[in-house]
Amino acid sequence: MATTTPTGTLAAPRSARATRSRGSSRTNMEMVGWLFMRLSGVLLIVLIFGHLFVNLMVGEGINRIDFAFVGGKWADPFWQFWDLAMLWLAMIHGTNGMRTIINDYAERDRTRLVLKALLYLAFFVTVVLGTLVIFTFEPCPIGAPAELLPSFCPAP
Amino acid sequence: MTALAETTETSTEAGAVPSFDVTLRIRRFDPDTGAEPRWEEFTVTAHGTDRVLDAMHKVKWEVDGSLTFRRSCAHGICGSDAMRINGRNRLACKTLLKDLDPSKPIVIEPIKGLPVIKDLVVDMEPFFASYREVMPFLITNGNAPTKERLQSPEDRARYDDTTKCILCAACTSSCPVFWTDGQYFGPAAIVNAHRFIFDSRDEGAAQRLEVLNDKEGVWRCRTTFNCSEACPRGIEVTKAIQEVKRAMITRAF
Ligand code: FES
Repeated sequence: MATTTPTGTLAAPRSARATRSRGSSRTNMEMVGWLFMRLSGVLLIVLIFGHLFVNLMVGEGINRIDFAFVGGKWADPFWQFWDLAMLWLAMIHGTNGMRTIINDYAERDRTRLVLKALLYLAFFVTVVLGTLVIFTFEPCPIGAPAELLPSFCPAP
Repeated sequence: MTALAETTETSTEAGAVPSFDVTLRIRRFDPDTGAEPRWEEFTVTAHGTDRVLDAMHKVKWEVDGSLTFRRSCAHGICGSDAMRINGRNRLACKTLLKDLDPSKPIVIEPIKGLPVIKDLVVDMEPFFASYREVMPFLITNGNAPTKERLQSPEDRARYDDTTKCILCAACTSSCPVFWTDGQYFGPAAIVNAHRFIFDSRDEGAAQRLEVLNDKEGVWRCRTTFNCSEACPRGIEVTKAIQEVKRAMITRAF
């Protein structure tokens, strides 16, 4: 009647929650992170769909995109700010999401540390590079043919 | 229930409950032999009105007395017999065999995320430790009143849902965040904090919110709804957790 089949190993016993020092905490980083995800999520919907709409649908739409178009946009402080906000919010939102996933799924402290270090490095490089591009973009490079440049460039 | 089952057994004539053979596939672990946990199958005859617990009783009482599981009330009140039945956390005493497709083996495992002591018995201490941490008792300041602490029906209704918890751990042990490292407070502790946080007579809400504002507190909830689905009492667990989160945010700003 009783048949026996062996299976995998038993999960190791785990200790109860380590009790932490309980300082008075009205806010903490986890709460700020949680709130940030919600708020930045809403903002990103507006920013990203606004971006897609302006780039792909207004006027001639996608056919309009060339160096002059991008150069023209980044000469305008409004679009500089828009793209900067999009870059920063998306990067922080995504990085925080990845951090959460690592915390949830990486069990060993070392794995956690390595994964998070790689994550923060990727974040740092992308954000610094992106920010530099947005602010230091040269819309009128010397010696380029005028028909490729935004209309406000001085004639060569 | 058991008495009823026995009388129908003796009189299998007219009006008798149909009986059928059911196979239980139970995950077993014996700490004394130290052997690996293993699956064992038992086939017993059960009635159409039987619950998983009745079939397990039959195994324990008639086939293999060493089968170990917790049960006390056998009527869904004490919360002793939460187990993973066909991959879902349920109470064995509230799950009818006929609802589970008895033509296939019924898979029974201990609840996940807590250390197994023997067969289906797990160490509930980590679970109760989190429960104790949220201070699940009335906290008040000042002198005790000379009569009862009155409360309007509306105020009572505010936290009615979370008073139903029987601490069976079905929710906490269904939570993927709890599975990872067992450090998360878990839905059950938050539900029981909710029961007092939203009680108009209680004055310890701030303390409890502070406890749950921990790194391992409510913010680790990922709204997967496993807990709401697992709760044998039908508590809207995820909703309660969200309400605690909201209370924390309104308190902070
Ligand atoms: S035995 Fe009491 S709840 Fe199932």
